Order: sequence, then C-alpha cells, then structure tokens
Amino acid sequence: MIAELGQFALILAFVVALFQSLALFAGLRTRDAVVHGFARAGAIAQFVLVLAAFACLTVLFATSDFTALVVAENSHTDKPMLYKITGVWGNHEGSMLLWGLILTGYTAALAWSAKPVEARLISLTFAVQSLITAAFTAFLLFTSNPFARLWPGPENGQDLNPLLQDPGLASHPPMLYAGYVGFSITFSFAVAALIDGRVDARWARIVRPWALTAWTFLTIGIALGASWAYYELGWGGWWAWDPVENASLMPWLAGTAFIHSLRVMEKRDTLKAWTILLALMTFALSMAGTFLVRSGIITSVHAFAVDPERGVFILAILVALIGGSLLIYGLRAGLLKPTGVFSAVSRESLLLINNLVLAAACGLVFFGTFYPLFITTVSNETVTVGAPFYNNTFNPMLGALLVLVPISGLLAWKRGKLMPVLRDLAPAAIAAIAGGVAALWIADRGLIAGALGTALAVWVAVGVVIDLAKRFKLGEIAFAASLARMARLPLGIWGMAVAHFGLAVVVFAITGVSAWKQETSAFLMPGQHLDIRQLTITLDRVEQVEGRNYVAERGYLTARRDQQVVSQLTAERRLYPVRGMSTTESAIHARATGDLYVTIGQPSPEHGWPVHVYLYPFAMWLWIGSAVLGLGGLLSIADRGRRSLVAKAAPVQAKEAGR
Amino acid sequence: MNRILLFVPLAIFAVTLVYFGMGLRQDPSAIPSQMIDRPLPAFDLAGIADGDPGLSNTDLLGQVSLLNVFGSWCPPCAIEHPMLMQISRSGRVPIYGVDWRDEPGAGAAWLTRHGNPYSRVGDDAQGRLAIDLGITGAPETFLVDADGRVRHHHVGIITEDVWRNTLLPMIEELERS
Repeated sequence: MIAELGQFALILAFVVALFQSLALFAGLRTRDAVVHGFARAGAIAQFVLVLAAFACLTVLFATSDFTALVVAENSHTDKPMLYKITGVWGNHEGSMLLWGLILTGYTAALAWSAKPVEARLISLTFAVQSLITAAFTAFLLFTSNPFARLWPGPENGQDLNPLLQDPGLASHPPMLYAGYVGFSITFSFAVAALIDGRVDARWARIVRPWALTAWTFLTIGIALGASWAYYELGWGGWWAWDPVENASLMPWLAGTAFIHSLRVMEKRDTLKAWTILLALMTFALSMAGTFLVRSGIITSVHAFAVDPERGVFILAILVALIGGSLLIYGLRAGLLKPTGVFSAVSRESLLLINNLVLAAACGLVFFGTFYPLFITTVSNETVTVGAPFYNNTFNPMLGALLVLVPISGLLAWKRGKLMPVLRDLAPAAIAAIAGGVAALWIADRGLIAGALGTALAVWVAVGVVIDLAKRFKLGEIAFAASLARMARLPLGIWGMAVAHFGLAVVVFAITGVSAWKQETSAFLMPGQHLDIRQLTITLDRVEQVEGRNYVAERGYLTARRDQQVVSQLTAERRLYPVRGMSTTESAIHARATGDLYVTIGQPSPEHGWPVHVYLYPFAMWLWIGSAVLGLGGLLSIADRGRRSLVAKAAPVQAKEAGR
Repeated sequence: MNRILLFVPLAIFAVTLVYFGMGLRQDPSAIPSQMIDRPLPAFDLAGIADGDPGLSNTDLLGQVSLLNVFGSWCPPCAIEHPMLMQISRSGRVPIYGVDWRDEPGAGAAWLTRHGNPYSRVGDDAQGRLAIDLGITGAPETFLVDADGRVRHHHVGIITEDVWRNTLLPMIEELERS
C-alpha cells in the first residue's frame, strides 16, 4: 500500500513538473501575473509530492518491507535502524529519489525566497528547473523505479554493503547531492538569462547566493567523502583520483571558477558570456558525474548500477538539457554585451586567469577520467591514467594558481598597480620562503614538494592576513578606528578571506600528509611491539566481539613514547556474514601535529596479527581546513549586501506592479 | 567569427556525447582485450620483498590459473581482496599476483596486513607488464589456461557472482578439454 502511494506521488510529481514547464514556456509571452503565481505554487507542489514519495520509501526501509524490491536487495532485518534509514539512499533507486528530492527542494526554496522582482526571469528559471525535474522523475519511473514490488517477498533482505554502513558515508551523498543539484538552479538561471537575452550585475547578485550554497555543500560533501575513504576503507588514503572522486572534483573546479567570475560580473558587468558558460558547464559536469557513476561506463568502488538502459536514458537527458542549453548559448550568447572594460593589470584579469587555470585543471581531470574510455572505444589500444599523471600536471597548475590568490585580493578593480601590491605582500613572501626552508630543515626527508607546498600555504595564509590588515588600515589609523572598519567590513569580504585561509590550511595539510607520511608494519603476537619514529606500539590483546550484524576481531594497542602512554587504540576487522564481506576499522589517534593510524589484518597462526601503522602529519587540518573553506562559503551567502538588494529592488517592484 | 566561436562548447559536447554513447554499448567489465587467446607476453618480475621468488610467465604453465593485477594504492583491490582469499582458500585454482606501480615495500606490507591469496607475486613497479597486458585500472584479472594462453579478461572487482557464474564455469570447461 505504502509503495503504491509513493509510486502515485512520484507519477503526480512527474506530471506536475512536465505540465508546469510547458505551461510556463507557453504562458510567458502573455506576461500574465497568474503564470508567475502558478510557477511558485507548482514548484512547492512538486516538492511536496517528491517528499511524500521519499517518505514512503523511508517507511518501507524502516519497516523492512521486503516485498519492495529495493528493500529486499539492500536491507536486512538485523541492520541497525540508522542504517536502515540511510540505506534509503545507499542504492541506485533510492539515491536517485534523493536527488529528485533535493532538486525539488531547491526549486521550492527558490519559490519561497524569490521576490516578485524579475518575475519574468524567475518564471523562466522555474520553467527550466521543472523540465529538469520532469526528466529526472521520468528517469526514476521508467528505468529506476524505487517502488517496484517483489512477490512473494523473501523472508529477509540481502543487506546493505557493509562499507556503506558508516555515519560518514550516510551523510556524504546528501551533502554531495546538495552540491551537485544546487548548481541546477544556477543552470536554470543561466538558461533563463539566455532566453531573455539579458544578463547584468543584478542577475549575478540574484544568482550568487545559490552558486555559493551549492559550492559550500559540494565542498563539504567532497571533504566528507575524503574523510570516509581515510578512516573507513582502512587504506589510509583520502584521495585516489578514482573516477567517482574525479566526478565530484570537476564540478567543484568549474563551480569555483563560476563563483569567482560571478563576482567580476557583479562588480564590473563584464565576462558575461564566460560566466554563463561556466554556469552551464558546472551543472553539465554535475550531470556527467551522475552519468559516470550510474551508467556503469567506468567501474569504480562506488559505481553500483551497471545497466545500459539507464545509461541510455541519462544520455538522453544530457542531450536534451546540456545539448539544448549549449545550443541556446550558441544562438544567444552573442547578445550579452559587456559594458565594463579593464586593463591587463587589474583584479578582473587576475580573476580571469584564475578562471582559465581552474577550467584547464578541470579539463585535465576530465581528460584523465575519460581518455582511457575514449581510447578503448576507438581502438583496441588501452591506456592508463593514474595518480602520477595528476600529480605531475594538476598539482603544478594549482600551485601556480595559489601564487595569484593574495595578489588578486589586493589588486584594484579595473586598473591596478602591481608594484605597490607586491610591496605590501613582501612579508608574505618572506614568511613563505622561511616556511619552505623550515620545512626542508625540520622534515625528515629533504623533499622539494614538501617545501614548496608549505611555502605556498604560508604565502596564501599570510597574504590573507595582510589583505585584511590593509582593509582595516591597521597601523595606519587609530586602533579603535581599525576595529570600527573591521566591524563594517561586508560579510562577503570576510567570506573570501576565510575561504582563502581555509584553502591555505588544506594545502598545508595535503603537503604534510603526502610529503611526510611514514608507515611500517609487522606481525605481532599479543605482548609484542613495533617501533615507528619515537613511538612504540604494543599489541596488548585481541578479542572476538559480536556486533549487531557483524562479528569482529578487536585489537587493543597501546602507543608509548619514552615509556609514557600516548594513546590507547582499538582497531577492528569486521566480518559481515550476510554479504561475506570484511571491513577494516582503523584506530586513529588524531592530534594537531598528526595522526597515528593503526589497522590490524587477518592473523596468521604462526606469526600473529599483521599490524600496520601510519603517521600522517597534519591530517586533521585537512578536515579543519575544508570546514573553514565551507565556512567562508556560508559567510559569503549571508552577506548583507545581498539582502540590501531586496530593499533596493522594492521601487522596481512597485514600478512593475504599476505597469 | 565570434558567433561561430559560441558554438564551440556545443561541438565539444557533441563529440563527447558520441564517445559516451559508444562507451555505453560496451559491457564495461568486458572490454575487448587484445590479449584474448594469445599467449602471455614473456616476463620475469622480481619479488615484492627480499627473498620472494618473483613471477615469470613460465610459472603459469601446466594448469589453469588466474593472474590478478593489484596495488596497495587501489581501494577497489581492497574490496576485491576477501573474494580472492576465499578462492585461494578453496584451492580451486592458483592465483598469481602482479603488484602494479607500487612504492617499494608497499605491496608486501599490504599483503602482510590483509593476507596473501597469491601463489607468487611479481613486482611491476614500472608498469611495463601492465602496458603489455593492456591494463586500464586495477583490479583486473586474466584467466590463463594450462598452455599459458589468456582465455578471459575480467576488468574490475571479482565478486561472488563473477566467480560463480563466469570464472568457475570457464575454469571447469578449460579443465575438461
């Protein structure tokens, strides 16, 4: 009964979305206020219907109703309730329904927050957005029905992949999707602007909070995914250039370029066609990410759906949405004339360089991800693209970009002078060189990469502080006056500074983890120990423990330095009998200076338990830095300048009403 | 001129799409391998730890076996690993390992930690053999007959399903003939 209700809600959502989209496109010529009102009501109706469908699926999972195919394939009576619920999106059908829920959620949020200003633009945006919803609900209904029945239902389900039974992974897809799907709004705004043939600073100001919201979610989602890989897979790595990881990195790079070019457009009314193209590309890459993971074109850890029929459907969606939008772009982007001009030395041109480098980096990841596929498609040759390719190309590119970050913050708009900026940044340069030399000196291995990474991180971090100090006129005017300036600084500027500082922290952590990590391993019987640096790790005992749906071998270890106990660690090896899979639960002793990371493996009767110990310097700062990055995004979203737009827009609204 | 430029993104998209479409027609785990029905290339790899015998193509002669390409850096390999252990414990066929592009010592440490399903392991640190075999990613597995000919190439993780419904029947078939 519940499955049928969900099914019905989903069908209704499809019908409403399709009808709304068509009606809006048709009705826009009439400039009818009814049409605009309908747009908002329809958006909320779509959300309520998909929410109902999602609630139904959640109930099916929570009650372990195995007559529902998806539940039978992905759940089990013995599974903890939390993972029964998160199991809703731990499979293809459910995760696509979650995608649809977030999509309509964004549309409803737009309906909720949109002021009647720019009614035509907003209605056009709703029309495009509803078209996307129609396409995705159709995809769900026709190829990935989450409400398909299984009759008779089995007595028990087949369980969720134990690797996915983890709080990190449970929260990772919703975050990531909130990022991916958030860019649908900016995509729809871009297509609406193209149809309208008009883009200006006002458009940028309306779109920017949406772009920042999506970007912030995507940033957090990627960081959660990386931390999941770090502690749950038990292999100690957090980034492997896996196609699925690349699939989330590409829209992040394009989206980062997009929010920067939006800023240029908002301030200077230029780079219009480019900004619109980035808006289209960012969502296209988000969709390609879905396509990549869901079609089974590329095999990967996360790719659960190998079904060509779904692939064809997604391909059709890509053709319609991305192909269609790029066609409109080709036809209409010529109408978007910039008004602002800028000289070669200006913040605009540095942000343009930033954009080009980010786009090139994105292209590189795209190439690395799809090139092997292209080659196998056109010939019998096969090629490999692995981490070394990215390390040799991607890292230098982003390194060069980091050099520009503090400069672009200090350089004036329109026409800047480079020399004074460089003079201001001299302390940052000195600090960076000192940091690099210190890294070479202190770190065990004389690694150039480590020194360079440290220098870049220091350069960006100190650069941010100098930028802020200049804005407060710190030292130039009375301290109290500086404080007053600090209080008046727009949140958008704080957001930029915080995000760039977070970036510096992330770069520093990546440098620490990848340049100076250490590892060692040995077979240990209880009572035996191994040494790494000044630490002695002793395996105290190993116990058999029984979890709710797994059995585990739990190793208790003690880390000591000079006989002093530094940390007590418990590492597990779990076996999930239903799927016959085992997982590693690593023990991590996290400290600001670095993580002590321990795993135990399958024992051998003669030698004992293989214990693997890693030291990851500054690993914790990767997560902290990512959070700071996200915080920067949040601060920018909350900028008061955006809200004052509403106040300024009020007279326009009155004018439109009077018309 | 400028107007034509605006269609470049569409053109790039169209080309990409054609490739996507073509890629979709293939079963991703059955990429046509140039190795099928050809003898393994001659190779003689060093062991991954001191004192290990290493692996050469002649080791695979005389009985049906699996040749599995893995690396300690490869997350899917860690997921595949329990299945390999199961096959290895069953004693059905020997599994030979090629440790692909690993740092010195990393492969051996990885096997120490997770358990070693391989009869012998060769160190392909430079990836030379992987190129000869046409490896696109790890894990990949070749089913090799008693004459040292490749009979099947599996791309991706060997799941319970792949083992039971693809590899095992082929092994039985090969052993009968």
